[in-house]
Amino acid sequence: MPRPLRRAMGRLGLWLLVAVIVVYTVFPFYWAIVSSLKGGQALFGTELLPRDPQWSNYAELFRQQPFGRNILNSVFVAGSVVLVSLVLASGAAYALGRIRFRGRVPLLMVILSVSMFPQVAVLSGMFELIRWLGLYNNLLGLTLSYLIFTLPFTVWVLTTFMRELPQELEEAAMVDGATPFVTITRVFLPLMAPAMATAGLLAFIAAWNEFLFALTFTLTNEMRTVPVAIALISGASAFELPWGRIMAASVIVTVPLILLVLVFQRRIVEGLTAGAVKG
Amino acid sequence: MSAAAQAAPVAAPRARNAISGMQRRRRRTAWLFLSPMLLVLALVAGWPLLRTVYFAFTDATLFDIAFHELVGAQNFAFLASDPDWWAAVRNTLIFATASVAIETLLGLVIALTLNARLRGRGPLRAAMLIPWAIPTVVSAQMWGWMLHDQYGVINAVLLSLGVIATPWAWVADPSLALWSVVAVDVWKTTPFMALLILAALQLVPRDVYEAARIDGLGPVGIFVRITLPLIRPALMVAVLFRALDALRVFDLMYVLTGNSPSTASMSVYARQQLVDFQDVGMGSAAATFLALVVAASAALIIVAGRVRFDTAGR
Repeated sequence: MPRPLRRAMGRLGLWLLVAVIVVYTVFPFYWAIVSSLKGGQALFGTELLPRDPQWSNYAELFRQQPFGRNILNSVFVAGSVVLVSLVLASGAAYALGRIRFRGRVPLLMVILSVSMFPQVAVLSGMFELIRWLGLYNNLLGLTLSYLIFTLPFTVWVLTTFMRELPQELEEAAMVDGATPFVTITRVFLPLMAPAMATAGLLAFIAAWNEFLFALTFTLTNEMRTVPVAIALISGASAFELPWGRIMAASVIVTVPLILLVLVFQRRIVEGLTAGAVKG
Repeated sequence: MSAAAQAAPVAAPRARNAISGMQRRRRRTAWLFLSPMLLVLALVAGWPLLRTVYFAFTDATLFDIAFHELVGAQNFAFLASDPDWWAAVRNTLIFATASVAIETLLGLVIALTLNARLRGRGPLRAAMLIPWAIPTVVSAQMWGWMLHDQYGVINAVLLSLGVIATPWAWVADPSLALWSVVAVDVWKTTPFMALLILAALQLVPRDVYEAARIDGLGPVGIFVRITLPLIRPALMVAVLFRALDALRVFDLMYVLTGNSPSTASMSVYARQQLVDFQDVGMGSAAATFLALVVAASAALIIVAGRVRFDTAGR
């Protein structure tokens, strides 16, 4: 085969592979959108574009259950847990990233292992704690329990970023007589803003998607977060799931996440690789 | 610090005192700034974990968790005699091994594809983040609908292509269900794996490849002798994280197949005991056992894969 032809074939193969990858990753969500817009019998067909798009599944979703309330619950829980995590983690990351002290490395390993721990392993202890604090079926109980995975994660990401900042900054602040608190709030925090955005975003997504604790520590429809509400949507009978409504709910909770991901993709990839793998 | 060190020859004792005094102060500052985070972590992680291990040796029930007695290893004995538990252990191990292996291979293929000099890599990377960002519950529901035995698009496509003669019950058939769960997990997590591997690939300098090509290595030789050894550390960390994540799987099985013993993972079993059967002792025993399995797997992968974490600092 002549060389240019072989190159062209290679190029073509590459693009075919890329096309397969894109269809594989994107199609299931596309199918959810299409299904959510199909009403009545059309739902059971396989047209790639709904012939007669309808919003009835969406209207039905909010009429049949407190889905608006569920969304607000998720926003509150994820937002509050991100806020608390960032406040606690930025101080800790300063200590872990900028100061050498004995026990620093073992501490980092403990923090890492907490984030890798199976959630179910703390379930009964957490249940007891939450009941004891009077937070059962209360959104604050979720905020508290979610710290177990958002906190180690944000500490880890912020520490990684904190370590990269130049030493001179801190020395200059110290020479000027700044206390550690002032150094953190005036010198590091402004520089850490991008890292905090990354860590906060990833923690928000993790909290938004959490299922096990939300399922176990809430009881009533009004207190459920979105993933639990979606998992428990049921129809007239157990054998007749309202798939159109389930797909509508899936689209609603996923669209904001996808927009966030598209806008911040570079940042997210950076955060993920810093949090998980340092090449 | 460097300024003080330079002054050392002139006034050595005083400078050393000043340094150690400052270091002591900095160390105190470190613990001061760490303490709130450590306290919260002890409250939400350390304490509940200890209580769970404790409950594993009691007959506590959810109805009144405070009223219980120590029963020794009785819960573990029950666990060992329950075939559903061993099915859960088997499901979890099969799921974790299969999904991580497939994800690593597929992730490598995708990462190598994206690492070729391509136009439009940005949008591609964004497309790959979509499955990662979708909540597990939502992806389980989406695939549950696509895999539906009567109305699912997957059966429709396979039937029209003539691959299968009659619709398959992907989720309801006990011999297929676990593999359907693996397939959904592969869809959701492969892109994440691919992005981590891609990040490692991009750190390999291009001139290494040039040199290998000049030395006459073919594409396969380059991959096996150059690329793989260079990205191995990052790859092993990614495998470790994915494996630990897969061992604690809960959402996928719970949403796709409920508590069905044909797919139930150890997490699903533990929660069923704890919440549905109100048996805190049994649930805690199962959860404790899972924690031991996770810890042992982590140790195994770290030793066998010679995983190194970048915690030592520079």
